[in-house]
Amino acid sequence: MSLRKPPLYEAHAESGADFTDFGGWEMPVSFSSIRDEHAAVRDSVGLFDVSHMGELSVDGPDATELLHRLTPSDVEGLGDGRALYSCLLRDDGVILDDVIVYDHPTESEYVLVPNAGHDEEMLARLREHKLRWDLDVDLSNKTKETGMVAVQGPDAVERVDAVTADDVTELDPFEALETTIDGVTCLVARTGYTGEDGFEIMFPSEGSDAIEAAFADIQRCGLGARDTLRLEAGLLLSGQDFHSEDEPHDPFETGIGFVVDLDSGDFVGKPALERAVEDGPNEKLVGIRLDERAIARHGHPIVDDGEAIGTVTSGTMSPTLGVPIAMGYVDADFAATGTELTLSIRGRDVDATVVDTPFLDSVDAE
Amino acid sequence: MSFEIPDELHYQDSHEWVRVDDGTATIGISDFAQDELGDIVFVELPSEGDDLDAGSDFGVVESIKAVSDVYAPISGSVTAVNEDLLDEPELVNEDPYGDGWMLKVDLADEGELDDLLDAEEYEAQLA
Repeated sequence: MSLRKPPLYEAHAESGADFTDFGGWEMPVSFSSIRDEHAAVRDSVGLFDVSHMGELSVDGPDATELLHRLTPSDVEGLGDGRALYSCLLRDDGVILDDVIVYDHPTESEYVLVPNAGHDEEMLARLREHKLRWDLDVDLSNKTKETGMVAVQGPDAVERVDAVTADDVTELDPFEALETTIDGVTCLVARTGYTGEDGFEIMFPSEGSDAIEAAFADIQRCGLGARDTLRLEAGLLLSGQDFHSEDEPHDPFETGIGFVVDLDSGDFVGKPALERAVEDGPNEKLVGIRLDERAIARHGHPIVDDGEAIGTVTSGTMSPTLGVPIAMGYVDADFAATGTELTLSIRGRDVDATVVDTPFLDSVDAE
Repeated sequence: MSFEIPDELHYQDSHEWVRVDDGTATIGISDFAQDELGDIVFVELPSEGDDLDAGSDFGVVESIKAVSDVYAPISGSVTAVNEDLLDEPELVNEDPYGDGWMLKVDLADEGELDDLLDAEEYEAQLA
Protein backbone atom coordinates (compact mmCIF):
# COMPACT_ATOMS: atom_id res chain seq x y z
CA MET A 1 0.00 0.00 0.00
CA SER A 2 1.42 3.36 -0.91
CA LEU A 3 1.11 6.44 1.24
CA ARG A 4 -1.29 9.22 0.31
CA LYS A 5 0.44 12.51 -0.42
CA PRO A 6 -0.93 15.96 0.32
CA PRO A 7 -1.32 18.27 -2.72
CA LEU A 8 1.58 20.39 -1.43
CA TYR A 9 3.95 17.42 -1.14
CA GLU A 10 6.31 18.67 -3.85
CA ALA A 11 6.46 22.14 -2.34
CA HIS A 12 7.31 20.65 1.07
CA ALA A 13 10.02 18.44 -0.42
CA GLU A 14 11.57 21.48 -2.12
CA SER A 15 11.59 23.29 1.24
CA GLY A 16 13.72 20.48 2.66
CA ALA A 17 11.07 18.92 4.89
CA ASP A 18 11.57 15.58 6.63
CA PHE A 19 8.55 13.34 6.10
CA THR A 20 6.79 10.68 8.12
CA ASP A 21 3.88 8.29 7.72
CA PHE A 22 0.93 9.68 9.63
CA GLY A 23 -2.44 7.99 9.31
CA GLY A 24 -1.42 6.61 5.91
CA TRP A 25 -0.23 10.01 4.65
CA GLU A 26 3.31 11.06 3.89
CA MET A 27 3.41 14.32 5.82
CA PRO A 28 6.17 16.78 6.77
CA VAL A 29 7.45 16.32 10.37
CA SER A 30 9.61 19.40 10.35
CA PHE A 31 11.02 21.95 7.95
CA SER A 32 13.79 23.53 10.01
CA SER A 33 13.55 22.55 13.67
CA ILE A 34 10.55 21.59 15.76
CA ARG A 35 11.66 24.11 18.36
CA ASP A 36 11.84 26.99 15.86
CA GLU A 37 8.53 26.07 14.23
CA HIS A 38 6.89 25.79 17.65
CA ALA A 39 8.23 29.19 18.68
CA ALA A 40 6.98 30.80 15.46
CA VAL A 41 3.42 29.77 16.30
CA ARG A 42 3.62 30.91 19.93
CA ASP A 43 5.36 34.20 19.06
CA SER A 44 4.04 35.21 15.64
CA VAL A 45 2.55 32.84 13.05
CA GLY A 46 3.07 29.45 11.41
CA LEU A 47 1.48 27.52 8.54
CA PHE A 48 0.62 23.83 8.68
CA ASP A 49 -0.46 21.62 5.81
CA VAL A 50 -3.28 19.57 7.34
CA SER A 51 -4.60 18.10 4.10
CA HIS A 52 -4.39 14.67 5.74
CA MET A 53 -7.50 15.50 7.75
CA GLY A 54 -10.64 13.93 6.31
CA GLU A 55 -13.49 15.92 4.76
CA LEU A 56 -16.88 14.27 4.42
CA SER A 57 -19.79 16.05 2.82
CA VAL A 58 -23.11 15.32 4.54
CA ASP A 59 -26.01 16.80 2.61
CA GLY A 60 -29.71 16.27 2.00
CA PRO A 61 -32.95 16.80 3.93
CA ASP A 62 -31.99 14.52 6.83
CA ALA A 63 -28.30 15.50 7.14
CA THR A 64 -28.89 17.33 10.42
CA GLU A 65 -30.69 14.37 11.94
CA LEU A 66 -27.97 11.91 10.93
CA LEU A 67 -25.21 13.97 12.55
CA HIS A 68 -27.33 14.83 15.56
CA ARG A 69 -27.94 11.14 16.25
CA LEU A 70 -24.38 10.03 15.53
CA THR A 71 -22.69 12.55 17.83
CA PRO A 72 -23.44 13.33 21.49
CA SER A 73 -23.62 17.03 20.61
CA ASP A 74 -26.40 19.41 19.64
CA VAL A 75 -25.91 19.54 15.87
CA GLU A 76 -29.52 20.78 15.48
CA GLY A 77 -28.50 23.88 17.39
CA LEU A 78 -25.80 24.82 14.88
CA GLY A 79 -26.56 27.42 12.24
CA ASP A 80 -25.05 28.32 8.89
CA GLY A 81 -21.38 29.10 9.28
CA ARG A 82 -21.10 27.57 12.75
CA ALA A 83 -18.96 24.63 13.74
CA LEU A 84 -18.59 22.41 16.77
CA TYR A 85 -16.06 19.98 18.18
CA SER A 86 -17.53 16.56 18.90
CA CYS A 87 -16.88 12.85 18.49
CA LEU A 88 -18.43 9.72 17.07
CA LEU A 89 -19.17 7.05 19.65
CA ARG A 90 -19.62 3.34 19.65
CA ASP A 91 -22.79 1.91 21.26
CA ASP A 92 -20.80 1.37 24.48
CA GLY A 93 -19.87 5.06 24.60
CA VAL A 94 -16.26 4.55 23.49
CA ILE A 95 -14.88 7.31 21.24
CA LEU A 96 -14.20 6.17 17.67
CA ASP A 97 -12.81 9.51 16.54
CA ASP A 98 -13.06 13.18 17.42
CA VAL A 99 -14.34 15.47 14.70
CA ILE A 100 -15.30 19.00 13.80
CA VAL A 101 -18.75 19.44 12.26
CA TYR A 102 -19.07 22.53 10.07
CA ASP A 103 -22.50 23.76 9.07
CA HIS A 104 -21.51 25.21 5.70
CA PRO A 105 -22.04 29.01 5.59
CA THR A 106 -23.55 29.07 2.10
CA GLU A 107 -24.40 25.50 1.08
CA SER A 108 -26.98 23.20 2.63
CA GLU A 109 -24.28 20.63 3.44
CA TYR A 110 -22.33 19.89 6.56
CA VAL A 111 -18.61 19.20 6.36
CA LEU A 112 -17.48 16.58 8.85
CA VAL A 113 -13.74 16.60 9.50
CA PRO A 114 -12.40 13.40 11.08
CA ASN A 115 -8.73 12.63 11.70
CA ALA A 116 -6.17 11.44 9.18
CA GLY A 117 -6.89 7.94 7.98
CA HIS A 118 -10.37 7.84 9.55
CA ASP A 119 -12.30 9.22 6.58
CA GLU A 120 -13.37 5.87 5.10
CA GLU A 121 -14.25 4.40 8.50
CA MET A 122 -16.37 7.41 9.46
CA LEU A 123 -18.03 7.49 6.05
CA ALA A 124 -18.94 3.82 6.44
CA ARG A 125 -20.43 4.59 9.84
CA LEU A 126 -22.51 7.44 8.46
CA ARG A 127 -23.69 5.27 5.58
CA GLU A 128 -24.60 2.36 7.84
CA HIS A 129 -26.74 4.56 10.09
CA LYS A 130 -28.31 6.45 7.20
CA LEU A 131 -29.57 3.08 5.92
CA ARG A 132 -30.51 1.77 9.36
CA TRP A 133 -32.53 4.87 10.17
CA ASP A 134 -33.83 5.22 6.59
CA LEU A 135 -32.66 8.83 6.25
CA ASP A 136 -32.48 10.91 3.08
CA VAL A 137 -28.80 11.95 3.14
CA ASP A 138 -26.18 12.33 0.42
CA LEU A 139 -22.72 11.30 1.60
CA SER A 140 -19.44 11.80 -0.18
CA ASN A 141 -15.79 11.61 0.74
CA LYS A 142 -14.09 14.86 -0.32
CA THR A 143 -10.77 14.11 1.40
CA LYS A 144 -8.81 13.59 -1.80
CA GLU A 145 -10.01 16.67 -3.61
CA THR A 146 -9.82 18.97 -0.57
CA GLY A 147 -6.72 20.75 0.65
CA MET A 148 -6.47 22.21 4.12
CA VAL A 149 -3.97 24.47 5.83
CA ALA A 150 -3.91 25.90 9.33
CA VAL A 151 -2.52 29.38 9.94
CA GLN A 152 -1.94 29.72 13.67
CA GLY A 153 -0.40 32.21 16.06
CA PRO A 154 -0.93 35.69 17.47
CA ASP A 155 -0.36 37.25 14.02
CA ALA A 156 -2.58 34.75 12.18
CA VAL A 157 -5.69 36.93 12.03
CA GLU A 158 -3.84 39.83 10.45
CA ARG A 159 -1.97 37.59 8.01
CA VAL A 160 -5.04 35.68 6.84
CA ASP A 161 -7.18 38.81 6.63
CA ALA A 162 -4.53 40.37 4.38
CA VAL A 163 -5.11 37.72 1.68
CA THR A 164 -8.85 36.99 1.91
CA ALA A 165 -11.38 38.82 -0.24
CA ASP A 166 -13.67 39.22 2.79
CA ASP A 167 -13.05 40.40 6.33
CA VAL A 168 -12.26 37.42 8.57
CA THR A 169 -11.32 39.40 11.67
CA GLU A 170 -14.86 39.37 13.07
CA LEU A 171 -15.28 35.59 12.97
CA ASP A 172 -15.99 34.07 16.37
CA PRO A 173 -14.21 30.91 17.51
CA PHE A 174 -15.81 27.98 15.65
CA GLU A 175 -17.34 30.29 13.07
CA ALA A 176 -16.60 29.92 9.35
CA LEU A 177 -17.20 31.91 6.21
CA GLU A 178 -16.76 31.30 2.52
CA THR A 179 -14.41 33.68 0.75
CA THR A 180 -11.61 33.62 -1.81
CA ILE A 181 -7.84 33.75 -1.61
CA ASP A 182 -6.29 34.74 -4.93
CA GLY A 183 -9.41 33.55 -6.72
CA VAL A 184 -9.60 30.20 -4.93
CA THR A 185 -12.86 29.60 -3.06
CA CYS A 186 -12.10 28.75 0.57
CA LEU A 187 -13.90 27.86 3.73
CA VAL A 188 -12.11 29.88 6.42
CA ALA A 189 -12.86 28.79 9.98
CA ARG A 190 -11.62 30.20 13.27
CA THR A 191 -10.46 26.86 14.56
CA GLY A 192 -7.11 25.25 15.28
CA TYR A 193 -5.08 22.73 17.20
CA THR A 194 -2.32 24.78 18.79
CA GLY A 195 -3.86 26.75 21.63
CA GLU A 196 -3.31 29.94 19.63
CA ASP A 197 -5.72 32.11 17.69
CA GLY A 198 -5.92 31.37 13.99
CA PHE A 199 -7.75 29.70 11.16
CA GLU A 200 -8.14 26.43 9.37
CA ILE A 201 -8.73 26.91 5.65
CA MET A 202 -10.28 24.32 3.32
CA PHE A 203 -10.08 24.64 -0.46
CA PRO A 204 -10.25 22.50 -3.62
CA SER A 205 -6.89 20.75 -3.93
CA GLU A 206 -6.22 22.25 -7.37
CA GLY A 207 -6.00 25.63 -5.60
CA SER A 208 -3.18 24.42 -3.33
CA ASP A 209 -0.38 26.22 -5.15
CA ALA A 210 -2.23 29.53 -5.01
CA ILE A 211 -2.88 29.12 -1.30
CA GLU A 212 0.72 28.17 -0.65
CA ALA A 213 1.88 31.22 -2.62
CA ALA A 214 -0.47 33.53 -0.70
CA PHE A 215 1.26 32.53 2.54
CA ALA A 216 4.76 32.22 1.03
CA ASP A 217 6.55 34.18 3.74
CA ILE A 218 4.99 32.41 6.74
CA GLN A 219 7.09 29.83 8.63
CA ARG A 220 6.23 26.28 7.51
CA CYS A 221 5.52 23.97 10.42
CA GLY A 222 5.39 20.18 10.45
CA LEU A 223 3.63 17.54 12.47
CA GLY A 224 6.40 17.63 15.09
CA ALA A 225 5.54 21.18 16.13
CA ARG A 226 1.84 20.47 15.70
CA ASP A 227 2.22 17.74 18.33
CA THR A 228 4.18 19.81 20.87
CA LEU A 229 1.78 22.75 20.42
CA ARG A 230 -1.39 20.70 20.86
CA LEU A 231 0.07 18.92 23.86
CA GLU A 232 0.97 22.17 25.63
CA ALA A 233 -2.63 23.22 24.97
CA GLY A 234 -3.92 19.94 26.44
CA LEU A 235 -5.63 18.92 23.19
CA LEU A 236 -6.18 15.26 22.35
CA LEU A 237 -4.58 13.25 19.57
CA SER A 238 -6.91 10.61 18.13
CA GLY A 239 -5.36 7.15 18.04
CA GLN A 240 -2.88 8.09 20.74
CA ASP A 241 -4.79 9.67 23.64
CA PHE A 242 -7.80 7.54 22.81
CA HIS A 243 -8.23 4.59 20.47
CA SER A 244 -11.31 2.41 20.13
CA GLU A 245 -9.26 -0.81 20.46
CA ASP A 246 -6.01 0.01 22.26
CA GLU A 247 -7.15 2.79 24.59
CA PRO A 248 -10.97 2.62 24.68
CA HIS A 249 -12.51 5.48 26.66
CA ASP A 250 -15.70 7.48 26.75
CA PRO A 251 -15.75 11.31 26.52
CA PHE A 252 -15.93 11.74 30.31
CA GLU A 253 -12.80 9.67 30.97
CA THR A 254 -11.06 11.48 28.15
CA GLY A 255 -11.89 14.91 29.58
CA ILE A 256 -14.14 16.06 26.74
CA GLY A 257 -17.44 15.62 28.59
CA PHE A 258 -18.26 19.17 27.48
CA VAL A 259 -19.21 17.83 24.03
CA VAL A 260 -21.91 15.61 25.55
CA ASP A 261 -25.42 17.03 25.64
CA LEU A 262 -27.63 14.42 27.32
CA ASP A 263 -30.71 16.67 26.85
CA SER A 264 -30.52 16.90 23.07
CA GLY A 265 -32.40 13.73 22.18
CA ASP A 266 -31.23 10.23 21.38
CA PHE A 267 -27.78 9.52 20.02
CA VAL A 268 -25.56 6.48 19.57
CA GLY A 269 -23.91 5.68 22.89
CA LYS A 270 -26.33 7.71 25.01
CA PRO A 271 -27.47 4.89 27.36
CA ALA A 272 -23.83 4.02 28.04
CA LEU A 273 -22.96 7.65 28.78
CA GLU A 274 -25.97 8.02 31.10
CA ARG A 275 -24.70 5.02 33.06
CA ALA A 276 -21.21 6.52 33.06
CA VAL A 277 -22.55 9.75 34.55
CA GLU A 278 -24.31 7.79 37.27
CA ASP A 279 -21.30 5.61 38.12
CA GLY A 280 -18.59 8.22 37.66
CA PRO A 281 -15.48 7.47 35.62
CA ASN A 282 -13.07 4.69 36.67
CA GLU A 283 -10.18 6.36 34.94
CA LYS A 284 -9.42 9.88 33.88
CA LEU A 285 -7.04 11.45 31.43
CA VAL A 286 -4.93 13.95 33.39
CA GLY A 287 -2.21 16.47 32.69
CA ILE A 288 1.15 15.48 34.17
CA ARG A 289 4.19 17.61 34.90
CA LEU A 290 7.42 15.66 35.33
CA ASP A 291 9.43 16.90 38.28
CA GLU A 292 12.73 15.57 36.90
CA ARG A 293 14.36 15.83 33.51
CA ALA A 294 13.03 12.88 31.50
CA ILE A 295 10.61 12.45 28.63
CA ALA A 296 7.49 10.35 29.11
CA ARG A 297 6.30 8.59 25.98
CA HIS A 298 3.15 6.79 24.90
CA GLY A 299 2.80 3.52 26.82
CA HIS A 300 5.04 4.30 29.79
CA PRO A 301 3.43 2.97 33.00
CA ILE A 302 2.21 5.24 35.79
CA VAL A 303 2.74 3.61 39.19
CA ASP A 304 1.98 4.17 42.85
CA ASP A 305 3.97 2.20 45.41
CA GLY A 306 5.03 -0.21 42.71
CA GLU A 307 1.45 -0.81 41.56
CA ALA A 308 0.33 0.16 38.07
CA ILE A 309 -2.36 2.86 38.23
CA GLY A 310 -2.27 4.14 34.68
CA THR A 311 -0.51 4.71 31.38
CA VAL A 312 1.03 7.69 29.63
CA THR A 313 -0.62 8.43 26.28
CA SER A 314 1.41 11.47 25.14
CA GLY A 315 4.52 13.21 26.40
CA THR A 316 7.17 15.67 25.33
CA MET A 317 9.55 18.34 26.48
CA SER A 318 7.44 21.48 26.35
CA PRO A 319 9.38 23.89 24.13
CA THR A 320 7.53 26.91 25.55
CA LEU A 321 7.79 25.99 29.23
CA GLY A 322 11.11 24.13 29.20
CA VAL A 323 9.48 21.46 31.37
CA PRO A 324 8.65 17.86 30.46
CA ILE A 325 4.87 17.35 30.25
CA ALA A 326 2.61 14.40 29.54
CA MET A 327 -0.97 13.21 29.49
CA GLY A 328 -2.15 9.83 30.62
CA TYR A 329 -4.99 7.85 32.13
CA VAL A 330 -4.93 7.22 35.87
CA ASP A 331 -7.38 5.53 38.24
CA ALA A 332 -9.92 8.15 39.26
CA ASP A 333 -8.53 8.14 42.83
CA PHE A 334 -5.29 9.63 41.51
CA ALA A 335 -6.80 12.21 39.18
CA ALA A 336 -7.02 15.21 41.52
CA THR A 337 -4.83 18.19 40.69
CA GLY A 338 -1.66 18.08 42.78
CA THR A 339 -1.61 14.28 43.17
CA GLU A 340 1.95 12.96 43.17
CA LEU A 341 2.63 10.15 40.72
CA THR A 342 5.59 8.06 39.67
CA LEU A 343 6.27 7.42 36.01
CA SER A 344 8.25 4.37 35.02
CA ILE A 345 10.44 5.54 32.14
CA ARG A 346 12.61 2.78 30.68
CA GLY A 347 13.07 1.23 34.09
CA ARG A 348 13.70 4.50 35.91
CA ASP A 349 11.23 5.95 38.44
CA VAL A 350 10.51 9.62 37.75
CA ASP A 351 8.50 11.85 40.09
CA ALA A 352 5.56 13.66 38.54
CA THR A 353 2.51 15.68 39.55
CA VAL A 354 -1.05 15.90 38.22
CA VAL A 355 -1.66 19.40 36.84
CA ASP A 356 -4.54 21.10 35.08
CA THR A 357 -4.55 21.53 31.31
CA PRO A 358 -3.82 23.57 29.27
CA PHE A 359 -0.27 23.24 30.57
CA LEU A 360 0.47 26.75 29.30
CA ASP A 361 -1.80 28.13 32.03
CA SER A 362 -0.95 25.73 34.85
CA VAL A 363 2.79 25.07 34.64
CA ASP A 364 5.45 27.68 35.41
CA ALA A 365 8.15 28.02 32.77
CA GLU A 366 11.69 27.18 33.85
CA MET B 1 22.63 18.10 2.69
CA SER B 2 26.23 17.77 3.81
CA PHE B 3 27.40 17.07 7.32
CA GLU B 4 30.55 18.00 9.13
CA ILE B 5 32.88 14.99 9.47
CA PRO B 6 36.21 16.09 10.98
CA ASP B 7 39.16 14.20 9.49
CA GLU B 8 40.98 13.47 12.73
CA LEU B 9 38.17 11.55 14.44
CA HIS B 10 37.22 7.88 14.52
CA TYR B 11 33.60 6.92 13.87
CA GLN B 12 31.31 4.05 14.67
CA ASP B 13 28.58 3.05 12.22
CA SER B 14 25.97 3.86 14.90
CA HIS B 15 27.15 7.52 14.55
CA GLU B 16 29.32 8.02 17.65
CA TRP B 17 32.76 9.64 17.28
CA VAL B 18 35.99 9.29 19.27
CA ARG B 19 38.83 11.77 19.56
CA VAL B 20 42.03 10.36 21.09
CA ASP B 21 44.43 12.60 22.92
CA ASP B 22 47.24 11.14 25.05
CA GLY B 23 45.42 7.92 25.95
CA THR B 24 42.17 9.76 26.73
CA ALA B 25 39.25 9.22 24.40
CA THR B 26 36.50 11.85 24.08
CA ILE B 27 33.16 10.50 22.84
CA GLY B 28 30.16 12.20 21.26
CA ILE B 29 27.63 11.77 18.45
CA SER B 30 28.13 12.96 14.88
CA ASP B 31 26.68 15.97 13.12
CA PHE B 32 24.57 13.56 11.05
CA ALA B 33 23.21 11.91 14.21
CA GLN B 34 22.22 15.19 15.87
CA ASP B 35 20.51 16.31 12.66
CA GLU B 36 18.59 13.03 12.35
CA LEU B 37 17.36 13.30 15.92
CA GLY B 38 16.41 16.97 15.69
CA ASP B 39 15.99 19.10 18.80
CA ILE B 40 17.68 17.19 21.60
CA VAL B 41 15.96 17.69 24.95
CA PHE B 42 17.48 15.06 27.23
CA VAL B 43 20.77 13.23 27.56
CA GLU B 44 21.31 10.39 30.02
CA LEU B 45 24.98 9.51 30.64
CA PRO B 46 26.92 7.12 32.89
CA SER B 47 28.85 8.36 35.94
CA GLU B 48 32.54 8.95 36.42
CA GLY B 49 34.27 5.67 37.21
CA ASP B 50 31.78 3.53 35.24
CA ASP B 51 33.28 1.11 32.75
CA LEU B 52 32.32 1.14 29.07
CA ASP B 53 32.36 -1.94 26.86
CA ALA B 54 32.89 -1.33 23.16
CA GLY B 55 29.61 -1.92 21.35
CA SER B 56 27.38 -1.69 24.45
CA ASP B 57 24.93 1.13 25.04
CA PHE B 58 26.14 3.70 27.56
CA GLY B 59 23.35 6.26 27.53
CA VAL B 60 20.30 7.75 25.92
CA VAL B 61 19.83 10.79 23.72
CA GLU B 62 16.29 11.98 23.42
CA SER B 63 14.92 14.56 21.02
CA ILE B 64 11.40 15.91 20.78
CA LYS B 65 10.59 13.32 18.14
CA ALA B 66 12.72 10.29 19.04
CA VAL B 67 14.73 8.48 21.67
CA SER B 68 17.98 6.77 20.78
CA ASP B 69 20.54 4.66 22.65
CA VAL B 70 24.18 5.64 22.25
CA TYR B 71 26.85 2.95 21.98
CA ALA B 72 30.40 2.93 23.26
CA PRO B 73 32.82 2.94 20.33
CA ILE B 74 35.67 1.82 22.61
CA SER B 75 36.15 0.23 26.06
CA GLY B 76 37.50 1.98 29.11
CA SER B 77 36.79 3.74 32.36
CA VAL B 78 34.82 7.01 32.36
CA THR B 79 37.01 9.84 33.70
CA ALA B 80 34.70 12.79 32.96
CA VAL B 81 31.07 13.41 32.03
CA ASN B 82 29.87 16.56 30.27
CA GLU B 83 27.60 17.84 33.02
CA ASP B 84 26.59 20.84 30.87
CA LEU B 85 24.46 18.51 28.75
CA LEU B 86 22.14 17.81 31.67
CA ASP B 87 20.93 21.40 31.64
CA GLU B 88 21.74 22.27 28.04
CA PRO B 89 21.24 19.13 25.94
CA GLU B 90 20.84 21.39 22.89
CA LEU B 91 24.66 21.78 22.95
CA VAL B 92 24.73 18.42 21.13
CA ASN B 93 22.78 20.02 18.27
CA GLU B 94 24.76 23.22 18.28
CA ASP B 95 28.28 21.83 18.54
CA PRO B 96 28.34 18.02 18.29
CA TYR B 97 32.16 17.77 18.06
CA GLY B 98 32.90 20.51 20.58
CA ASP B 99 30.75 21.65 23.53
CA GLY B 100 28.39 18.75 22.80
CA TRP B 101 30.94 16.06 23.79
CA MET B 102 29.57 13.42 26.17
CA LEU B 103 32.29 11.42 27.92
CA LYS B 104 36.02 11.25 28.44
CA VAL B 105 37.29 7.72 28.81
CA ASP B 106 40.60 6.21 29.84
CA LEU B 107 41.21 4.14 26.73
CA ALA B 108 41.65 0.45 27.66
CA ASP B 109 42.83 -0.90 24.31
CA GLU B 110 44.11 1.35 21.54
CA GLY B 111 43.73 -1.59 19.16
CA GLU B 112 39.94 -1.10 19.29
CA LEU B 113 40.38 2.12 17.29
CA ASP B 114 41.29 -0.01 14.28
CA ASP B 115 37.77 -1.44 14.29
CA LEU B 116 36.29 2.04 13.82
CA LEU B 117 35.74 4.00 10.61
CA ASP B 118 37.88 6.91 9.51
CA ALA B 119 36.25 10.10 8.24
CA GLU B 120 36.28 8.96 4.64
CA GLU B 121 34.72 5.58 5.42
CA TYR B 122 32.10 7.18 7.63
CA GLU B 123 31.22 9.70 4.94
CA ALA B 124 30.86 6.85 2.43
CA GLN B 125 28.48 5.12 4.81
CA LEU B 126 26.26 8.21 5.01
CA ALA B 127 26.14 8.61 1.23
